[in-house]
Amino acid sequence: MAKPMHPTPNLDQLESGPWPSFVTGLKRLAKDKDYVVDVLGHLEHSYQTRKGYWKGGTVGVRGYGGGVIPRFTEIKDDAGQPVFKDAAEFHTIRIMPPPGMHYDTATLRQMCDVWEKYGSGLIALHGQTGDIMFQGCTTENVQPAWDEFNKMGFDMGGAGPSVRTGMSCVGAARCEQSCYDEAKAHTMVVNRFLDDIHRPALPYKFKFKFSGCPNDCMNSIQRSDMAIIGTWRDNMRTDEALAKKWFAKHGMNELVNDVVSRCPTKAIQIKEIKDVRKTGSISSVALNDTQALEIDNKDCVRCMHCINVMTGALATGVDKGATILIGGKRTLKIGDLMGTVAVPFFKLQNDEDYENLVELGQTIIDFFAENALEHERTGEMIERIGLVNFLEGIGLEIDANMVNSPRMNPYVNTLGWDEEVAKINAKKAAA
Amino acid sequence: MSQPTTSQPQMRKPVEGFLDNKKFLHPKFVANYGNWKYHDRPRPGVLHHVSHSGDQVWTVRAGTQRQMDHYTIRRLCDIADNFAEGFVHFTIRSNIEFMVSAEQKVAPLIAELEKNGFPVGGTGNSVSMVSHTQGWLHCDIPGTDASGVVKSMMDGLYDEFKAEEMPNRVHLSTSCCEINCGGQADIAVIIQHTKPPRINHEMVANVCERPTVVARCPVAAIRPALVNGKPSLEVDEKKCICCGACYPPCPPMQINDPEYSKLAIWVGGKNSNARGKPTFMKMVASGLPNNAPRWPEVNAVVGNILRTYKADARPWERLSDWIDRIGWPRFFEKTGLPFTKYLIDDWRGSRANLNASTHIRF
Repeated sequence: MAKPMHPTPNLDQLESGPWPSFVTGLKRLAKDKDYVVDVLGHLEHSYQTRKGYWKGGTVGVRGYGGGVIPRFTEIKDDAGQPVFKDAAEFHTIRIMPPPGMHYDTATLRQMCDVWEKYGSGLIALHGQTGDIMFQGCTTENVQPAWDEFNKMGFDMGGAGPSVRTGMSCVGAARCEQSCYDEAKAHTMVVNRFLDDIHRPALPYKFKFKFSGCPNDCMNSIQRSDMAIIGTWRDNMRTDEALAKKWFAKHGMNELVNDVVSRCPTKAIQIKEIKDVRKTGSISSVALNDTQALEIDNKDCVRCMHCINVMTGALATGVDKGATILIGGKRTLKIGDLMGTVAVPFFKLQNDEDYENLVELGQTIIDFFAENALEHERTGEMIERIGLVNFLEGIGLEIDANMVNSPRMNPYVNTLGWDEEVAKINAKKAAA
Repeated sequence: MSQPTTSQPQMRKPVEGFLDNKKFLHPKFVANYGNWKYHDRPRPGVLHHVSHSGDQVWTVRAGTQRQMDHYTIRRLCDIADNFAEGFVHFTIRSNIEFMVSAEQKVAPLIAELEKNGFPVGGTGNSVSMVSHTQGWLHCDIPGTDASGVVKSMMDGLYDEFKAEEMPNRVHLSTSCCEINCGGQADIAVIIQHTKPPRINHEMVANVCERPTVVARCPVAAIRPALVNGKPSLEVDEKKCICCGACYPPCPPMQINDPEYSKLAIWVGGKNSNARGKPTFMKMVASGLPNNAPRWPEVNAVVGNILRTYKADARPWERLSDWIDRIGWPRFFEKTGLPFTKYLIDDWRGSRANLNASTHIRF
């Protein structure tokens, strides 16, 4: 039995209502732990005064420069002593989950055992960077808790100016829209950058995220410095049985309003079966005895919408890989940046392709480490130096897929134009 | 010669390395890895995947509170062992998924989850769980709590989580400062400070690396100064945009304020490439009070936007697609939200957000 609870009139109001309550969970933990009794008191104080009271510091484990998020209370009495003394330290340990966040129950139970023993017992699945967040631990218990997680085979996540924990979608394990082996790419990339994850020495953070298709379930384009988003080059596949089944259930109005007219590049047409074009870039599928969908894959931008609506009837192609976009991040300090195309199509089929992906990551991180200013993300660096300089720095060719449109102002010296044209022509001739 | 005794513990050398996920995958996932054919949704909260091999897997998705006590996780594991097949998957929005290889296991699994207070839903065109941050519980710079805002929001959106009645999927996020760790979403709730930082000049020299703090300011409003004979920093309050960027590197520049740290609502973020290109969200309301513990003013605005979208959008229109069709004036008209001068962008590149056309809906 733990010590008596502090009154928590604000938090108590977060126990009503149908959604699972984190407060009820904390109170369960507080029955056995003085630590969590004081965590609840600490949080209630924040609710009453509408301010946060944790400050950072330096806490780590042997051999690592990051991965523990230290928190020390700032709620002190007149003598400078912590008011909630059992919760004076409330550190978080970031552990990298298995790629795709798949678990067996034995692993989760073992993690619960460790955190019940050494920590508060509170676990966030998962933090926004993609870590398992073991929340609430004293300085003394950080090392033994970490030792247990590490013995289970798990490793520390990133924090500070380092390569961060990666994230990958449910992926090829369960999703028909997967265009590469996300978990394989994720695992290989993280294993290359372990030193950069565990010993922060970069200008600022660098995040990798792996989404298997352009639905981008990992939100990689907006939240990662290097987004690896699955795509395909060849024609979409079709399945007549599933297409007819879909059409029989949904009918022509839904087909027109929800599929054909929502294609962003008008690549889909409804045709009489006899009129469907037979050229190499056409995918088609019969909807009934007389009508078919005709898709011109040269016009298709692989947005996924029609595949999302008619799953299986329409499907990704088989010449698969990823589009790689660089430089996504949120607001601070120059404003939001989307990742932008650095490699329109990166083949991901055999082991060598995956090795090449890791090498590209290494090249980009090396360039970032050398050229970014302190506290500057990759996207901000590219904004400062220009995409062409960045591409030349990492040895990638320019491509018209990298822009929404060519330049809209004349403020550039084009003296080298003829030389560039000659290079392009020479390359064409050699191809 | 005997070894000197020492209290120094034995040093364990850490094992660095990242695991492959194969041993954590449901056996059907291993057997059909990369070979799935299609999926459908037999009912809200359930996904049914069919492989080219003919194998089938049913996935049941349930909402969680994200910050879970170990008792809750053990309960979920019990359910996974007794009513599913011992493997789970977590979504990016902290939903837990249970996989079963026989359809008849679906109904008892759902019943057990609901009996234990875990709502089943969050699939397809539902309102899924809020992607959120740490807040007062753990963060060192939070303007508000995260788990509490989320709990109050999801209590109100419980039925929308369990049903698939929205025009398309709805992703929500909350963030306790303008760094926006919660991320882009169809609707996001984010702290918006309205007063410049209050500086504790006694502490700046001891705690802050002053050139770093000066460099961190997006509008160059911070400069070094000598205050009461001590090296400190000062803020040009006319230039300050109250973003809070100076606060993480310099905690004596306190930006959080119980009254003047407000909440803003943003809409129309979309990371998927489906239909239009991905979009960033736009601010549509601000100045809402940080009214713990249940934030009724915030929830009223979010609920209003969701109801308006639900009633007015066409199938498959995400919030951003809907606004593209109806236009911003009608968004403000239909939601009743005031369009104030603060919503007209004046940050760099802002002219691209102005209407350079005669495209006006009358």
